[in-house]
Amino acid sequence: MTENVLVKDKEIVVPGEPLAQGMSFLPGPGTYRDGDRILAQRLGMVSVEGKVVKLIALSGRYSPKIKDKVIGKVIDVLMTGWRLDIASPYSAVMTLKDATSEFIPRGADLTQYYGLGDSVVCQIVNVTSQKLIDVSMKGPGLRKLRGGRFIEVSPLKVPRIIGKDGSMVGMIKNATKCEIIVGQNGIIWFDGAPEMEVIAVNAVKKICDEAHLGGLTQRIADFLKESTGVDVAQGGAQ
Amino acid sequence: MYQELKAHVLKCLNKGVRYDGRKPLEFRPISIEYGVSASAEGSARVRIGGTEVIAGVKMETATPYPDTPNQGNLMVNVELLPMSNPKFETGPPGQQANEIARVVDRGIRESKCISVHDLVIKPGELVWGVNIDVCSLNDEGNLQDACALAAIAALKDARLPKVTEHDEVDYDAPKTDQKLPLARLPVEVTVIKVGDQFFVDPLSDEEMAIEARLTVGVTEKGTVCALQKGAEAPLSLEDLEKMVDIAVKIAPTLRNAL
Repeated sequence: MTENVLVKDKEIVVPGEPLAQGMSFLPGPGTYRDGDRILAQRLGMVSVEGKVVKLIALSGRYSPKIKDKVIGKVIDVLMTGWRLDIASPYSAVMTLKDATSEFIPRGADLTQYYGLGDSVVCQIVNVTSQKLIDVSMKGPGLRKLRGGRFIEVSPLKVPRIIGKDGSMVGMIKNATKCEIIVGQNGIIWFDGAPEMEVIAVNAVKKICDEAHLGGLTQRIADFLKESTGVDVAQGGAQ
Repeated sequence: MYQELKAHVLKCLNKGVRYDGRKPLEFRPISIEYGVSASAEGSARVRIGGTEVIAGVKMETATPYPDTPNQGNLMVNVELLPMSNPKFETGPPGQQANEIARVVDRGIRESKCISVHDLVIKPGELVWGVNIDVCSLNDEGNLQDACALAAIAALKDARLPKVTEHDEVDYDAPKTDQKLPLARLPVEVTVIKVGDQFFVDPLSDEEMAIEARLTVGVTEKGTVCALQKGAEAPLSLEDLEKMVDIAVKIAPTLRNAL
C-alpha cells in the first residue's frame, strides 16, 4: 500500500473526503482517522505540515474551547445554576459557585441573579470529551449585559473582527463611541447611540463579508470615516 | 423576558432610528418575481429585505358550497417552514401560520378582489376553486405582509388551466391565456406599536418587542378591507386611527412593487 497525501495543499475539501492514505500520517484538528485513511471532518482548507494533516474550517458553528470569552443567553434556571445557550451545538452550565462572588443563601430564587433570556459575558473553564461545558463569571470584564443589541456572525470571522490586539474592533469603538463586546462564539453585543449602533453593526457585517480580501483595515477605516466623519485610521495602518 | 430588548428598541425608535438604520415608517426594499413555479397556475416569490416567501395558486374545478351556489371557492394555506426560522416546527400549522393564512384570506375575500361570480362555470354545479399556498423561505421579520403580497402577486400571475368536456381540468395541457379576473389589488400593511411609537415592517429582533400590532388590508382606493389586531397591549381609538392612516399611506409602496 502506497502512503501519500491525496489532496493538494490549500485545497478546499468537504466532510468525509479522504485527505491522506497510510498510517504514517497523523490526523490534526478537523480531521479523523478511518482505517488507514485520514478523512475531513468539516468543510475547510487542508494544510499538510510534515506528517500532520490539518484542516482549517471554513464553515460551521462554534466549537467550545477552554478560556474563550463567549456571550451566552440563559435558557434554563437549574437547581444549582444556569444553563446557557452559547451558539454552539452544546449548551453550557454555569454553577452557583462560578456565577457570583456574592453569598447566595440556600434555596434562594436564582432568577433574581440571572433570569431566563438574560445575556452574560462568561468564560469557558472546562470542556469535557463528552462536550459538557462549564462557564464562569469570575474574571475581568465578565458581567451581565443590560440593554444593547446582539448580532450573530460566523465564529470563524471573529479573529478578523477583533483584529490584531483588538485593533479592528477598537477602531469601530473609537469611531462610533459604542460599547462593543465580541464573544468568541460569534455573538456580538453593541450599546451606544442608536444611529451609531447601526453603523457599528454594518461595519462588523462588512468585515464578515470581506474577511477574505486584503486591505480590510483600510476599507473599514474609510467606511467608518464616511459614515461617522471620524478619522480613525491609525498612522500607516494597513 | 424581553423587557430589556423592548427598552432598547424603544430607545432607538424615540430617536427615529430602526435596528437597520431605516426610518420608522419605511419598508425594506421589496422585489417580486413572477412565475417561479411551472406546475402552479400562478406563482410569485416576494422578498422584503431578507424575508422571503413564495406563493402558488392552484386552480381546480369543484362543486360550489351550498350557501354560495354562484361563487367560486377560495382557500388560503400558509406554511412556515422550519428552514426559514429555527422557531418553526414541522407538523400541522401553528398559531402564527394559521393567523397569517386567515388574515391573507380575509384581505382577498373581503376586498372582493377575485370577482367570485366570474369563477362560476355552471351555476350551482361547477365553479373554480382557487387554492393559494404560501411558504416561507426565510424569516427576517414581517412574514404577514410578505405573505399577503405574495398571495396577491401569485393571483395576478395566475392563468386558468384548460377544462375538458367532462368538466375536469387538464393539467397536462398548456395553460389558457385567460387571467384570473381580479377586481382589486388589496395589500396588507402591519403597523406596530411599542411604547408610544409606531412603525412598519419589523425585523425579527423588533418583532420580539412588539406591544401591539394591527394588520390593515388596503385596496388601491385606500379603502380598508381587512383588520387584524395582535399582541397583548390594548389600542385606544386614537391609536387605531393613527395606525390605519399609516397603513393607508404606506400601502401604495407595496402595491407599486406588484
